[in-house]
Parts: sequence; C-alpha cells; structure tokens
Amino acid sequence: MAWDRNQMAARAAKELKDGMYVNLGIGIPTLVANYIPEGVDVTLQSENGMLGIGPFPTEDEVDPDLINAGKQTVTELARTAYFDSAQSFAMIRGGKIAMAILGAMEVAENGDLANWMIPGKLVKGMGGAMDLVAGVKHVVVVMDHTNKAGESKVLKECTLPLTGTGVVNRIITNLGVLDVVEGGLKIVELADGVTEEELRAATEATIVG
Amino acid sequence: MQKIYGSAAEALDGLLFDGMTIASGGFGLCGIPELLIAAIRDAGVKNLTIASNNAGVDDFGLGLLLQTKQVKKMMSSYVGENAEFMRQYLSGELELEFNPQGTLAERMRAGGAGIPGFYTRTGVGTVIAEGKEHKDFDGETYILERGIFADLSIVKAWKADDTGNLVFRKTARNFNPPAATCGKICIAEVEEIVPRGSLDPDGIHLPGIYVHRLIQGEHEKRIEQRTVRKA
Repeated sequence: MAWDRNQMAARAAKELKDGMYVNLGIGIPTLVANYIPEGVDVTLQSENGMLGIGPFPTEDEVDPDLINAGKQTVTELARTAYFDSAQSFAMIRGGKIAMAILGAMEVAENGDLANWMIPGKLVKGMGGAMDLVAGVKHVVVVMDHTNKAGESKVLKECTLPLTGTGVVNRIITNLGVLDVVEGGLKIVELADGVTEEELRAATEATIVG
Repeated sequence: MQKIYGSAAEALDGLLFDGMTIASGGFGLCGIPELLIAAIRDAGVKNLTIASNNAGVDDFGLGLLLQTKQVKKMMSSYVGENAEFMRQYLSGELELEFNPQGTLAERMRAGGAGIPGFYTRTGVGTVIAEGKEHKDFDGETYILERGIFADLSIVKAWKADDTGNLVFRKTARNFNPPAATCGKICIAEVEEIVPRGSLDPDGIHLPGIYVHRLIQGEHEKRIEQRTVRKA
C-alpha cells in the first residue's frame, strides 16, 4: 500500500494555507487544485500570465486565448488578473509567490532538484522551473519515490542536470513526506500502509532524526 | 503617421535579411503572430536567430520555419511539443540556446528598456550559469544575463487603434509586450484595428510608441491541449 497520484495530490493540498498565492507545476501538482481544503482560499498563479486559475471550461466556454502553463484550456474567476510574461516572472523572482508545488525526476538530501533534462534523451527545456525554484520561498516536490526500474529518486546527490541547488523544502512521494533539514532528510509522515523500513529501503539519501 | 499595412507580406517589405534576429511573442500556440510567421516562411529569408519561448508545433507557428530550415538558432525555454525541432537539434542542424522562461522574458524586457545586462539568481549552480559572470550581492550569488536586442519584433494583439496602441486578450498577452519592445522595428498583427479614441487610454497594455507597423487579419488560434469538463 502506498499513496496513488490523487492521494499524493490530496496530501500536498494540506500544505496550502489561507491567503496563499501558489504556483502548481505540470502533472500531479496540477491535481492539487482538486483538493484545496474547505475554507482555505488560495490564488493559483500560471506563469504564462494569470493569477486566479479557474476550472477547465465546458465545451461552450473553450477559449483559445485562455490557457494555463501546461497549455490546457482553463477558465477565469472573479478575482482573475492577466499580465505579461516579464511581470509574471518579476512576481516569481521577486518572492511574491508563497509556495511552488513541482514534479521532479530527482531530489537530493541537500535540497538540489533535477526536473528538466535527461542528456541525450529528453530535450524539452526547463520552462519556468528554474525561475520558480530560485524565486519562491517554499518549494514542495511531489513525485514517485522510485523510478520505473525501482531505483530511488531521493538521492545523496542528483545525477541529472540541476534545476536549482538547495531549493527543495519538502518532498511528498507515494511512500510519505520528508523534509530537507541540516545533514539530510527527516521523515515527517508515512503513507497509508507504508512502514518506516519500507520508506528507508526506497531512499538513497541520508535520513536523520 | 501611417502604420497600417494591407497584408503581412507588405508589412514585412524591406525589413527581412538573412542572418537577422527576430523576437516573437506567444506562449505555446497562444497569442502567436501566425500571419507574420507564415509570411516570413513565404519570403524565404534564411539563417534566422529567433527568440521565442516555444517553437510552435510541426505544422503551425514557428514550426513552419523549421520545416523549411530557415532557422539557424532558437532561444527558447521549452521546445517539447515539436518533433521536427528535436530531430534537427539532435542531428546538429539547429542551434538551441535554452533560457529559463523568466530570464528570457526579462532579457527581452531589458533589451527594450535599454538595459544591456542584469543579475538574476535563476540558474545559479546549473548548466545555465556556465561561462556567465557570477557576482555576490548581500550574501547571495547571482549571474549576469544579457538584454536581447532584436532586428525585428513580431507580435499578436487583440485590438489596436491606428496609432499602434495595443490591447491583448487574456493569456494571449504572455511574451508579446516584452518581445514587442526589444526589436528595432515591431510589427503587430491584430484581430481588429479600431479608430483612435475607441480604446480606453487607461486600458492600453502596450503604447503605440513600440509599434511601427500594423496589420489586421483572420487568426486560426489553434488549441494545443483542449481540456474540458462536463457542463
């Protein structure tokens, strides 16, 4: 037993606090929007130039001029504001976004993050990820604990090209929740039905505390 | 002052040359200057350097200029939607300079504002920082990034008045304002040109001082990821 994608997203949604401006990455992080707790009012930022992302449109509401950073059609809310890309990243770089929830390929025990490139294989680009991790105060990573081959993605050192150094604060995986602290990672929570031994066995990084 | 031209080809007349640098607005396929891109393809100009967040898809947007091998180098943050791009890049036919998205936007903004360089934390400790000047401010390390000064800017807006004041629509604004400012000449294609006085002066997103030529046309506005919910 472990958390599935939706349970990971639901767990990540518990990180959200009332009044926060938040940027959600592509993939599982996008699902976090479905689990925002009752009574918690957060404003979602899309780095292509929007604050206040609404739900997907109905067939009649689809508007080619209204997309999120994953290029999916979305809708606006009563609070929505639009702006250009330079201003969008000015608010990101300027530390105005309280939290970013991102996917990852690898995370290291010192908070290093790799989530944009597999040399020789995957040439897609970093998009806004490097700007987000450099500018947002609190970075939460949501990802599977291991890759398809069963190898740990929670490492002593990243092997892939980095997105940022020492930027990750909290890691939420299918096996549990870990914080980046002095000297390594600290277990905060275990996923349903997962033992500490199982989490430790799937983690290459140093676990402290 | 006459900024209105009859077609994209007429608006581009006299401005294109081999080896030039073009800055383009757009995010994905949203808010891209699709008419000007098609006209640049038809003009056959070669060895282009293009600063644009994305590279279109195989058969639309900047992907059209890749198909005809008119592009020498792309400056972009994300090119994952374009298979032809990947093929040309991996075979060494196309140069690619990856820029973090916010760095690319700020490089355009800076170029348009007469700022040749700026320091940013983005990319410190990554391959992006290699070969760039590092400088510490108040105990934090930053890298030097350069402003972009393009020969030509091509952008898409929703409405313009005849003096070139522009209004964008929703997230189709994206890179268009910063891209518009960083070129020596800027051509804007819009859905509607209205008489001066019909746009609210307080609601202008980009003042006409940045816009030298204007065309009005029909836009396909293709959607990349059509995601819907049940009514």
